Formats: sequence, structure tokens, C-alpha cells
Amino acid sequence: MNRFIAFVKKEFFHILRDRRTLLILFGLPLVQVLLFGFALTNEIKNAGIAILDNDKSPHSQQITNKLLASGYFQLRENLRSNGDIERAFRKGTIKLAVVFPAGFTENYEHGRSAQIQLLADATEQNTAISLTNYATAIIRDYTTDLNPTVQPPLTIDVRSRMVFNPELKGAFVFVPGVMAMVLLLVSALMTSVTIARERETGTLEVLMVSPLSQGQILLGKVVPYLFLSFLNGCIIIALGVFVLKVPLNGSLVLLLSETLLFIFLSLSIGIFISSIVDTQLVAMFASLMALLLPTIFLSGFMFPIESMPRPLQLVSNLIPAKYFISIVKGIMIKGAGLRYLWQPTLVLVGMSVLSMGLSLRNLKTRLS
Amino acid sequence: MENAVHTHQLTKKFGSFIATDAITFDVAQGEIFGFLGANGAGKTTAMRMLCGLLKPSSGEATVAGFDVYRQSEKIKQNIGYMSQRFSLYEDLTVRENIRFYGGIYGLRRADIPVKTDQILRKLGIETVADSLVASLPLGWKQKLAFSVALIHEPKIVFLDEPTGGVDPITRRQFWDLIYEAAHGGTTVFVTTHYMDEAEYCHRVSIMVDGKMKALDTPSGLKTAYNVDSMDAVFQILARGTSTK
Repeated sequence: MNRFIAFVKKEFFHILRDRRTLLILFGLPLVQVLLFGFALTNEIKNAGIAILDNDKSPHSQQITNKLLASGYFQLRENLRSNGDIERAFRKGTIKLAVVFPAGFTENYEHGRSAQIQLLADATEQNTAISLTNYATAIIRDYTTDLNPTVQPPLTIDVRSRMVFNPELKGAFVFVPGVMAMVLLLVSALMTSVTIARERETGTLEVLMVSPLSQGQILLGKVVPYLFLSFLNGCIIIALGVFVLKVPLNGSLVLLLSETLLFIFLSLSIGIFISSIVDTQLVAMFASLMALLLPTIFLSGFMFPIESMPRPLQLVSNLIPAKYFISIVKGIMIKGAGLRYLWQPTLVLVGMSVLSMGLSLRNLKTRLS
Repeated sequence: MENAVHTHQLTKKFGSFIATDAITFDVAQGEIFGFLGANGAGKTTAMRMLCGLLKPSSGEATVAGFDVYRQSEKIKQNIGYMSQRFSLYEDLTVRENIRFYGGIYGLRRADIPVKTDQILRKLGIETVADSLVASLPLGWKQKLAFSVALIHEPKIVFLDEPTGGVDPITRRQFWDLIYEAAHGGTTVFVTTHYMDEAEYCHRVSIMVDGKMKALDTPSGLKTAYNVDSMDAVFQILARGTSTK
């Protein structure tokens, strides 16, 4: 046991003496969470709009007020003619134009079909869709508010409610995603690099000749990073909950245990990588290419898995982060317990066992 | 007295390539045994088998009386090892390096500071005890690496080209340390390709293409081949040419 402690102590020296490692270890998660939380958001706030009011009636005025009061839109321009619309879009200051045609009020009050035209800048297609949806909903609200009793016959009344995330906050998606990404990257990258470094400097050979067993060497490499990554995980959760206001509806203990499990898996992937590469540089590239990119693109973090082509969907099943993200979302946002989350948990356990086993075997053959 | 190292027909094959071909030799306790050969002659492979890093393909070998097939853990307790890359951690201080190796070789906690002082005093490097190893000159690193390989007082110490890249004077000083260890009863098993070093060994073996071509004292070899330097012996054996 003393031998093991001596080894772990040495690992901590390595980590604490290396400023760059420390920076990656603690700077990366901080920057990522704050970046994704505040800067890279797909929520819509204060989108610039222009109004072309050819009706100039109380109705058009009230609808305009209602749109602007929602917080989604900000009036940039009052247009005078249809010709102005294109010019306003070209300038790029507005994302949406609302056109009230002349005679809007008259049509409306006489029970004829009254039309409002919404024009959206579809160079950003997702934003365009969201904006028209928001505006449509607000205008629909206005008409129902106006005629609470009048029910047109035989219409289907659609009432939607955004369950779990009524304000559609992007942080709900990003925090679990960033957590998976950072933990995977830090844990796997750090361990793969540290083992590759010992191989490069020749000290690994000396360790193998020493009475330390292979298990002790591996565990000694894993323990410090397990500890630091766990600290990292806690920082991300705290940032998510206190700064980005992501709820924590489920059990904190379960969340932390799942985090530990995921870290362990990431570390064993790191060991696996280091067991097949020779240098720190290759280890770093392998970690980035094999882990970071698939995690960003295929875990459902950035792009919904459901809308991927079938082959990619199958590949996404191999991405550990996919399961972890769904677990974190389940616990934090939906308040789900292990009863609902045992399946992805089991997958993570299986992946850990597999990669640990593979890397142990690989390391053995590689060293001898 | 039991031999420190004993091998009989020890062989290692990698696929169809025979790295070490049925070598047989004994090393006595307290002996400085030189293991010579060009790069790729199989000396590193042989050494790795003896250290328990590689399983032999066939043949037998014991180190410190323990069998390399079944008792590699016991062997590891009883040997020291210094690689050609010195095997110290550059981002740790001298003291921390000593403490680390003392720790992994299972020295008692109370013994480590005593041992540390001993090493520092012997090498005369007390002043840099708390400096990072990276800042030391090569010669100091090398001596420190050797002392660290002996920290648990092993019966046998394996040195894999320990003097690579250092000047002849430093190399000579290093050999003083080796003699001192051998005098204290430690068996020294050293690979080298410096022929002046071969002269310092009690006995040397010369490996060529996986086979052991010669094994005797340096003077015995020189007499047998009727030359006046180990370099000439090596030329005859390894290159098949005579420099006479």
C-alpha cells in the first residue's frame, strides 16, 4: 500500500508542477460552460424586427405592442412601403418583418379572413423558424384574448406546453453536454498523455521492472485524475445550477455517482489510447479526434440524434457521452431516478469494463 | 556460492526472428559482468528477459536464484534497473525522486530520509537536493539514477547502456561507483558499446546476431585473439574483420 501511495503522490507532483496541465484541467471547463452558457446560445432574445403598418388601426398597434412586449423582438424600423422590406433585410439589422395590409381591421371586424404577413430572414433557418413560430403564437393569443367567448365551430384547439423546460432555456441542453465533453476530454486526454510521457522518457520501463504490479501502475495513474475530474464535474454542476440556473430536480448523490462512473469510463478510454500509441503528441491527437469530434457531433449534444441518417444513428450508440448526457438531463431536469436511468447506466458500466479489460491486455502485450 | 544469474539455452523469438539464440552463461555474485554487442545483437532482449519484462521462448534462466518463468515478482524485489535514459523524473526534485523510488521499492517510511541523506552525501549533491532533476548536469543525473537503482540494496543491478552521452571523465567517475557497489557484494550486469568500458569489467561476453560469440575476462579475450585492445577483439568477432 505504501508503494501505491508513493506512486500516487508522484502523480500529483507531475500534475501540480505542470502549469499547462492545470490550466487545461480547470480552465477548460470554466471557459466551456460560460461560453456555451452565455455566448453560444440558440435562444432568441431581442431579435430585430421591422413593422410595415398599412392599416394604422388600434388592432395593428396593439398586436405590435404585444410582439414587442414579449421580449423576443425589438423594433428596429417602421417601414413605409413594401419596397423598404427588402432593403431592411439587406442591411441585416432585422430578422423579421411584420406586414399589416391595408384593410386588415375592416376584414377582421367583418368576419372575413384577416391576414398578417410575416417575412423572416432565412439565411439562418433555425432562427427564422423560431421567430415566425413565436410571432404566430403571439398573434393567435391576441385573437383569442379578444374573443374569449366566440368559438368558431369545429376547430381543433391546440394547446402546447413545454414540459421540463418551459422557458426553452438552452443551458438545459448545454450544461449536460459540456459536462460530458469536458470530463471525457480532460480525463481521457490527461491519462493518455501521462502514460505516453512515461513511455517516451523511459520511466515506464523502470516502473515495469519495479515490484509495482501493472494494476498498481494503472490505478496509480487513474486515481489522481479520477479525483481531479470529479472536482471538475462538481465545478461544472455548481456553475450550471448557480450561474446558469439549471434546476437540480433529482438526487445529487445519484448525479455524482453517475459522474464518477463516466469519469472512470473516460479514464479507461484514456488508458486504452495510451496502450496503442507511442508518443504524447499522438496520444493527444487520438484523444481529440476519436473523442472530442464524435462527442460534439454524434452525442446529441449539438445535433439531435433522431434527425441523423440511419448509419450515423447507429454510430451514435457507441458514443459514451450520449448515455451520460441523457442520464444528466434525466436527473437534473426531469428529476428521474435510477429506475428510469438503469439502461444507460448499464451501458456505461459495460463500456468501462470493456475498455479497462482491453487496455490491460494491450498494455501487457505492448510492454513485454 | 550460488550464481547471481544462470542461463541455459535461453532463447527469444519474435515470430521467425530469433533475437536471442540459445545463450548459456553464469554470473557470479559480486561480479561485474559486461554484456557487449552491436545494436540489434540481442543484448537488450536478453537483459529484458532476465529482468522479467519479457517471457523467454525457451531455455532456462534464474536471477538471484529465482526462475524467470514463475517467479518474476520475486526477481523484481531483488534487482535494480537503470535504463539508458536514466529513468529519473525531471519535474521532481532530487529528494522527491529518491523518495519515490524508495517508496515503490517498499522501503520503510522511517528509512527513506536516512537513505536520502546517505545518497546525497555520497554523491556530494546536498546543495541541489531540492532542485528539479531537469536542472542537473547529465553526469549528476546519471550517478543519481544509479544510486536510486541501488536504493533497496538489490542483489543484482542491471545497467542498460548507462553511460550513453557522457564524457570519458564522467564515465570514469561513474565506474568508480560501479566498483564500489560490486565491492559491497552487488552483482553488476552492464550492457555497453564503449570498448574502454569493457576493459573495466571482470568478465565480458560478446553477442553477435543473437548468439554469444565469446565469454572471458578482458585479458583472456585479448590473449585468445592475440590483440592488445577489447576494441580489436570486438572488431574480429562482430565484424569478422581484423584490424591488425
